[in-house]
Amino acid sequence: MKILVCITHVPDTTSKIQFTDNNTKFDKSGVQFIIGPYDDYALARAVELKDALGASLTVLNVGEAETEPTLRKALAIGADDAIRVNAFPTDALFVAKQIAAIAKENNYDLILMGRESIDFNGGMVHGMVGELLGMPSISPVMKLDIDGDTVKMAREIEGGKEYLEAKLPLIAGCQEPIAEWKIPNMRGIMSARTKPLNVVDPKDGEVATDVTSFQLPPAKGSVKLVDKDNVEELVKLLKNEAKVL
Amino acid sequence: MSILVYIEHAEGSIKKTSLEAISYGKALADKTAAGDVVAVALGGISDEELAKAGTAGAAKVLHVADGKLDAGVIQAHAEAVAQVFKQVGANTLVLAKSSLGDAVAARLAVKLDAGLVSNVVDLPDTSGEYKVKRSIYTGKAFAETIVSKDKKILAIKKNAVDLITDGSPAAVEKADITIGEENFAAKITSTDKAEGEILLPEADIVVSGGRGMKGPENWGMIEGLAKELGAATGCSKPVSDIGWRPHHEHVGQTGVKVAPTLYVAVGISGAIQHLAGVNSSKYIVVINKDPEAPFFKAADYGIVGDAFEVLPKLTEAIKAIK
Ligand SMILES: Cc1cc2nc3c(=O)[nH]c(=O)nc-3n(C[C@H](O)[C@H](O)[C@H](O)COP(=O)(O)OP(=O)(O)OC[C@H]3O[C@@H](n4cnc5c(N)ncnc54)[C@H](O)[C@@H]3O)c2cc1C
Ligand SMILES: Cc1cc2nc3c(=O)[nH]c(=O)nc-3n(C[C@H](O)[C@H](O)[C@H](O)COP(=O)(O)OP(=O)(O)OC[C@H]3O[C@@H](n4cnc5c(N)ncnc54)[C@H](O)[C@@H]3O)c2cc1C
Repeated sequence: MKILVCITHVPDTTSKIQFTDNNTKFDKSGVQFIIGPYDDYALARAVELKDALGASLTVLNVGEAETEPTLRKALAIGADDAIRVNAFPTDALFVAKQIAAIAKENNYDLILMGRESIDFNGGMVHGMVGELLGMPSISPVMKLDIDGDTVKMAREIEGGKEYLEAKLPLIAGCQEPIAEWKIPNMRGIMSARTKPLNVVDPKDGEVATDVTSFQLPPAKGSVKLVDKDNVEELVKLLKNEAKVL
Repeated sequence: MSILVYIEHAEGSIKKTSLEAISYGKALADKTAAGDVVAVALGGISDEELAKAGTAGAAKVLHVADGKLDAGVIQAHAEAVAQVFKQVGANTLVLAKSSLGDAVAARLAVKLDAGLVSNVVDLPDTSGEYKVKRSIYTGKAFAETIVSKDKKILAIKKNAVDLITDGSPAAVEKADITIGEENFAAKITSTDKAEGEILLPEADIVVSGGRGMKGPENWGMIEGLAKELGAATGCSKPVSDIGWRPHHEHVGQTGVKVAPTLYVAVGISGAIQHLAGVNSSKYIVVINKDPEAPFFKAADYGIVGDAFEVLPKLTEAIKAIK
């Protein structure tokens, strides 16, 4: 059994989002980059499956050389090898085509991704790859078990969940509580240094979208505090000022 | 150029976010002289309900009534919408961003060779290149995005556009398509869903509780206030991690992103990851006993006080104005 996990290299969730170059570039100064939190769930579940089923586990990122520490971290968490498609990830279609090309070459049984990236929040790469490869793509998946060649999943829907079954090969976009995030241990970190990280060239340069500029939302005004013994005042404000009641 | 809107329904009604998508489609059609807006609905729902798509701006609803589409089988939905898109000769597909909508739209982008933009918050600028504004970094920024493909798919962020419901009922017609068995490769075996509950991602008002609520036994107070307000209930991540509340109520960076007109946060500190899920709310009320809680900086209104004292009083005060 061969598992592929696709990971993003994204700003830490506490990062201050700012732009430079006349609002055309993300300002990386002082920003820590991490494995996307949803991808981290996918990776954690993949490591569990690898241990339980004796599978091989590859991690993949489409990005420039700066993403290698993030891939090394995934190796430290438990992936066997890593692939970096050496290209700027211009948009979701471009990324999906790269992932589909790698998947075609290597015939993975299971491809796990995050539900969405936390930078561009598209929630679309898994579906695109699924369509490109003619495989089912299920997202957002909160539980995933493998029984022979059948995958049993729970998918979050508004107000609850639905249970699904499908045969391998399959693509899933993952979210909690599929597994608990894993923190690399010392042995993992040491062994990650020597695990293979293969850099390959992009295949098909097609893109569908292009970001021309960024904007920040307007700053929030200051809070109006109401005394705790005068909650009627809050109700009045909500009714007459905000007009939401 | 014609505009098709993919609409979702739950418990027999068209979802509010789908009506917003229709209004968006109508505004786009008016702006670009694209003619009538057609909506497509899949699975079992009454003609009478579907006609309501007209109030939001659809001239016609095409209904694929196949019972196998009742469950949201992603591949089958994508295939059905792709066929209808081609039949009506559409050039733009509009839909509401949702867990099913996202998954379906992504496959459609490849099937139709269309440019997909997610989290759209405004009508496109079509004066030069086709440019759309979308929300990114979980609501912390916006990006102007050029779509270079001829065909477009726009997934609209909830509450980002005005819902206009002054239209007249739409004509409802059956769509004639056949969906191959291969699109049902993933089988939905069962669904576990609260009935009659206000859906969190759809709600106009949300009342959320955090670790400050001390335990699941105290959620009656959150539910009491929510009931009085006609609100959905939400919670912070630790609350769902510990199992005080179900996971689908978890709001934030790694949970549900809400965009209600009013978000009430009780006993939630306001960590940046929680704020990422609520920063699109129109108004935020924070109730917290710690005046230094970071949530107050993101709030419009606040009460510094003990939730166990404030909540019952607030619930009563709301009851009193009804
Ligand atoms: C410095 C920097 C700048 C960027 N600028 C842009 C930009 O201007 N415009 C733009 O559209 N994108 C940009 N990206 C790329 C962005 O991070 C995404 O890779 C890509 O846009 C897809 O985003 P999405 O939100 O649609 O992904 P989603 O569909 O939300 O992602 C779902 C899942 O797909 C997988 N996935 C997504 N992207 C990758 C990837 N690159 N490699 C491996 N797996 C992946 C992950 O498992 C992810 O959880 C930039 C990335 C970096 C690091
Ligand atoms: C990658 C990542 C992703 C994350 N994603 C999310 C996410 O999606 N959503 C999310 O919520 N969190 C998320 N978190 C966790 C987040 O950082 C916080 O830990 C979490 O939001 C805190 O939850 P809380 O406010 O309920 O609890 P606490 O931080 O413990 O705050 C409890 C609050 O209750 C107040 N309080 C206590 N008693 C009372 C009382 N009697 N009356 C009134 N107020 C009282 C306290 O003053 C305090 O402010 C994420 C973290 C990481 C690292």
